[in-house]
Amino acid sequence: MTLDKWIAVFFLLLCIVYGYASFTYPLLPFERNMAFLPNTMPMVLSVVGAFLALLILLMPSPKPDGEGDVLGNIDVASLRKYKIGPALALIAAMILYALALRPVGFLAATALFLVGTGWILGERKLHVMVPVALVGAGSVWFLVHEMLGIFLRPLPGWLS
Amino acid sequence: MLDGIMMGLTTALSFQNLAMVVAGCLLGTFIGMLPGLGPMSIIAIMIPVAIKIGDPSAALILLAGVYYGAIFGGSTSSILINAPGVAGTVASSFDGYPMARQGKAGKALTVAAVSSFAGGTVGAILLMGFAPALSSVALLFHSAEYFALMVVGLSAIAAFAGTGKVVKALMMTVIGLILATVGESALFNAPRFTMGLSDLQSGFSFITLAMALFALPEALYLVLDPARGPAGGTDGEIKDLRITKEEAKQIAPVIARQSIQGFLIGVMPGAGATIASFLGYAVERNIAKGAEQAEFGKGSIKGLAAPETANNAACTGSFVPLLTLGIPGSGTTAILLGALIALNVSPGPRLMIDNPSIFWAVIISMYVGNLVLLILNLPLIPYIAKLLMIPRNYLIPFILFFTMVGAYIGQNNATELLILVGLGVFATILRFADYPLAPLLIGFILGGMLEDNFARAVNLTDGLEFMVQRPMTLGLLVLGVVLIFLPAYRRRRAKALQKGVAQGD
Repeated sequence: MTLDKWIAVFFLLLCIVYGYASFTYPLLPFERNMAFLPNTMPMVLSVVGAFLALLILLMPSPKPDGEGDVLGNIDVASLRKYKIGPALALIAAMILYALALRPVGFLAATALFLVGTGWILGERKLHVMVPVALVGAGSVWFLVHEMLGIFLRPLPGWLS
Repeated sequence: MLDGIMMGLTTALSFQNLAMVVAGCLLGTFIGMLPGLGPMSIIAIMIPVAIKIGDPSAALILLAGVYYGAIFGGSTSSILINAPGVAGTVASSFDGYPMARQGKAGKALTVAAVSSFAGGTVGAILLMGFAPALSSVALLFHSAEYFALMVVGLSAIAAFAGTGKVVKALMMTVIGLILATVGESALFNAPRFTMGLSDLQSGFSFITLAMALFALPEALYLVLDPARGPAGGTDGEIKDLRITKEEAKQIAPVIARQSIQGFLIGVMPGAGATIASFLGYAVERNIAKGAEQAEFGKGSIKGLAAPETANNAACTGSFVPLLTLGIPGSGTTAILLGALIALNVSPGPRLMIDNPSIFWAVIISMYVGNLVLLILNLPLIPYIAKLLMIPRNYLIPFILFFTMVGAYIGQNNATELLILVGLGVFATILRFADYPLAPLLIGFILGGMLEDNFARAVNLTDGLEFMVQRPMTLGLLVLGVVLIFLPAYRRRRAKALQKGVAQGD
């Protein structure tokens, strides 16, 4: 089975779970007599979604249209050609950044994130990357926090 | 009216006010480039500054400059790095980003600037002439018509249903609509499908979804396949900055049609720039023929000009109900309404009579804002486009960083970042499997409004009769269905014709 069929299976399961949640949706007492309920559209969507997922699953896969489309066009069959390692490392770095943003503070977390992702991508000139990261983090913080007044904790929690 | 225009001109063209508009445009452009800071938030932030100025005309002129600057800045990030920061510029990335990938970033930005200018200017002229007359039309639209209008807006997905992908595009739209139901339910605002998570109570945020679906997969692709190289081509030269004569001929009718259509959609309170841009894209794609139509989604100059013109014209159109009825039709005009009231001006039917100088100053300031933006930005475009020539070891970390900051400052919530990464990885897998992502985002953006208006219409008439009872609703719904299925029908006919020719041989 090709990848798009597996995704169709995932969508089908999603629609079944979603459909279960919407058909058993706890209605408030005064809502019951209305023509349109908070779960009306979800019920319709789950049925339509499940039908479409089945359709994708059962229909033969369309042949690739030949004309390379400018955006996508990555071949799953030759997945090994692609650099999956760095991509996974970047995803891990983003998750770490999300978790560290509050406790470590915006400035340090951002500078570390920029230097770290640069390192993953093969940048070894730290004497350039570190100042660039510091200036980038500092200027975005200045713009968002000082000029626009949106709170971003700059330093670690125990310092500020 | 001529007196009014002269009055507006003398106010808007004073040295102080020109300085305001220049400052506003520059500020708006640069802040607007950061995904997550759309015109609405920038104007909200500028209000204290505007109130400090005291003079309502000068304050409004500053805000108009910021507004137009922010819209242009938003288009820049969707064209250059596929990161639409505002719903109204999502459609611009459909063709703007492929153009940038083909090394035509400079040209794409020029087209965006010129069509925004044209849309805004035509909008301002229409606003001058027809504001009072149009305000009554705006009131004709009820929830039933709004629902139908959303359906027509959804028909823009047809543009992404390439050969054999119709079902996939529909599937993605349904997933988008499903995501839009998470959060607060229609009509009663009780939590729905939040799985008990308080972070999901306000639903998925637009900016998180847009970054996860467009910008993040693109950045990950650049890592997965280094040969792909960042947008801007391998030679790194920014070529063809200018629009050629043929191209100008191509986009002129598009701009003319979309300025009017966009303006009319903008007049209806609540419809706004987003629908105008999607509809503009869908309509132009259906009008285009043969090779030109196949080009849509792959870097068509028409496909970029249409949404850019329409969203600017719609922004101007949204001032009609604000200035004539005192009804804000969009988030941005609601904030402007607040600013006006804080400056002791009350918009409404009497504004034109009581405070004609302000009424005309607003209109002229829109015109001046547009013009100044064009003059300021055309020379800046080569430098803005050069951002793409930053080495990828620096560019990719910064793209990732900007998408995350955009999602974070909207909600100030680290969970949002985890949702962003999760959805981003999922979107990357979807692109591997050749599922079109734009329909998901269109479904998500229109889903909330679609359900709310549908709910209101059904509860008012106690059933589905409204669909046939109201001629305008019926007409719009039929148009929507035609727009969805027409492309597939045309393709099939073209194929049948080709076969016929082959048999004839």
